[in-house]
Amino acid sequence: MTTTGQLAMKPAEAKEDGGAPAVAVEHLRKSFGSQTVLNGISLTVSRGETLAVLGRSGTGKSVLLKLIIGLEKPDSGSVRIHGQDIAGLALDRLGEIRKKMGFLFQHAALYDSLTVEQNVAFPLEHHRKQMSKSERSDRVKQLLAEVGMEGSLEKMPSDLSGGMQKRVGLARALALEPDILLLDEPTAGLDPISSGEIDDLVLTLQEQYRMASIVVTHDLHSAKTVADRLALLHKGSVAIEGTFEDLRNSDVECVKDFLRNS
Amino acid sequence: MSDRTFRAAAGMESPLAWLFRVFSTVGSSKNLINEFFEWFGDLGVFLWRVAWAAVTPPFEFRELFRQLDEIGSKSLPLVALAGGAIGVVLSLETRYSLTRFGAKSLLPAAIVFSVIHEIGPIITGLVVSGRVGAGIGAELASMKVTEQIDAIEASAVNPYKLLAATRILACTLMLPLLTLAADLCGLVLGWVALTLVEPISLHQFINSGFNGAGFNDFLPPTFKTAVFGLIIGVIACFQGIRTRGGAEGVGRAATSSVVLSSLFVILADVVLVKVIIIFFP
Repeated sequence: MTTTGQLAMKPAEAKEDGGAPAVAVEHLRKSFGSQTVLNGISLTVSRGETLAVLGRSGTGKSVLLKLIIGLEKPDSGSVRIHGQDIAGLALDRLGEIRKKMGFLFQHAALYDSLTVEQNVAFPLEHHRKQMSKSERSDRVKQLLAEVGMEGSLEKMPSDLSGGMQKRVGLARALALEPDILLLDEPTAGLDPISSGEIDDLVLTLQEQYRMASIVVTHDLHSAKTVADRLALLHKGSVAIEGTFEDLRNSDVECVKDFLRNS
Repeated sequence: MSDRTFRAAAGMESPLAWLFRVFSTVGSSKNLINEFFEWFGDLGVFLWRVAWAAVTPPFEFRELFRQLDEIGSKSLPLVALAGGAIGVVLSLETRYSLTRFGAKSLLPAAIVFSVIHEIGPIITGLVVSGRVGAGIGAELASMKVTEQIDAIEASAVNPYKLLAATRILACTLMLPLLTLAADLCGLVLGWVALTLVEPISLHQFINSGFNGAGFNDFLPPTFKTAVFGLIIGVIACFQGIRTRGGAEGVGRAATSSVVLSSLFVILADVVLVKVIIIFFP
């Protein structure tokens, strides 16, 4: 168990990609106006590993994911993807890194003017131009089958329930076969059965693709199910990082508080 | 009666309240000035990003053609109707004025020159800024607040290229074509209105109307609308992409897109009319 932002990396896994972990966040700070959201966070995730980032609403969990994929810029600190610092990268180079990452947004963020099929095909159309139309169609069908949405090709996002939208969002995130998967509140707003289905799906996909995954959630049950390690954010810092058992045995007040109310 | 009670009874402000009010006013003016400069600064950054995205491959031809259809073909009926209506009104009003001054023979030329020089272009600009400006502003704002623009960026696709450059280019290319349609409808319906009151053949109307007119009378006013298109596209995309907040933000973006693009189209028209007079006398 580590506390207050110390690195917790599995040495064997960290040796991949020339020793660099898939995602390494160091001393990350981010403020919006006078409000400090992240105050020197350090985390690492290796290939095949799932880290769940827990915390109350407004503790900067989603901001952390947006910093990792470069949608937000940190005030200080660094984000390294496979050892490459993404700060100051030109847009085309950042784009190359983003192609290795899949992002499931909190509300799925499906393109509402496109059908389910077109949504999942979107990254393929832009980055797999060598694919023929039929190959692309096959790939889309395969991805939708993997998330259990094979019968919804022609549906519009507005015709889908929240859980179905997340499944389609997950299929879109996996379209380019990413090394890194970022999931922002995958079970938020879903009923317990749908939540369980999404958790199972994440686990299955994780076994299948062996990605480095970061799951941001405030759902402790979901985090316990899908993650190898958990990190609890509190007041912009990592209050504790470790296994679920480490969290349960922790004496840190905010950790006990979080577990008691979860 | 104490001084404070007296002032309250007399409806007078205490010196402290007055000072506070003055400083608040100065403070809010400062905020307004800051916001004004911040808006132009953000616009500069936005323009740089769009310009860079527009000239670097890969190009989004499919989205461009979709926008040409969306902005061009779908605005055509409205623009044609507005142009036609203005042609009718212009014909009736001008006939009345010219008859009063004994210059009725100039009526076809007055209609042709008014429509082609000014009425056609400005009406097209304003109608498109209403229809397309609001549409683009609301669409991009809605995409922004529902994280769809973030999702595009996370998919390693440049939203400035896919969403903004294509729409701005489509507006710029389509405005001159829509202006031609507005001009045509204005002239035809202007002639219809005229001939219903005082029969005149279309051939005679055209001969008389275009007598002495050259390309300098026709091309610069038509092509100046490309600048209107550029303004409408830039303002609507910019207001949409910089939206914050939920449904309220989307509404604000749509409204401000229409208001600002209409305002800038009119201001640009003032400048362009002067430029055309200087360079194409």
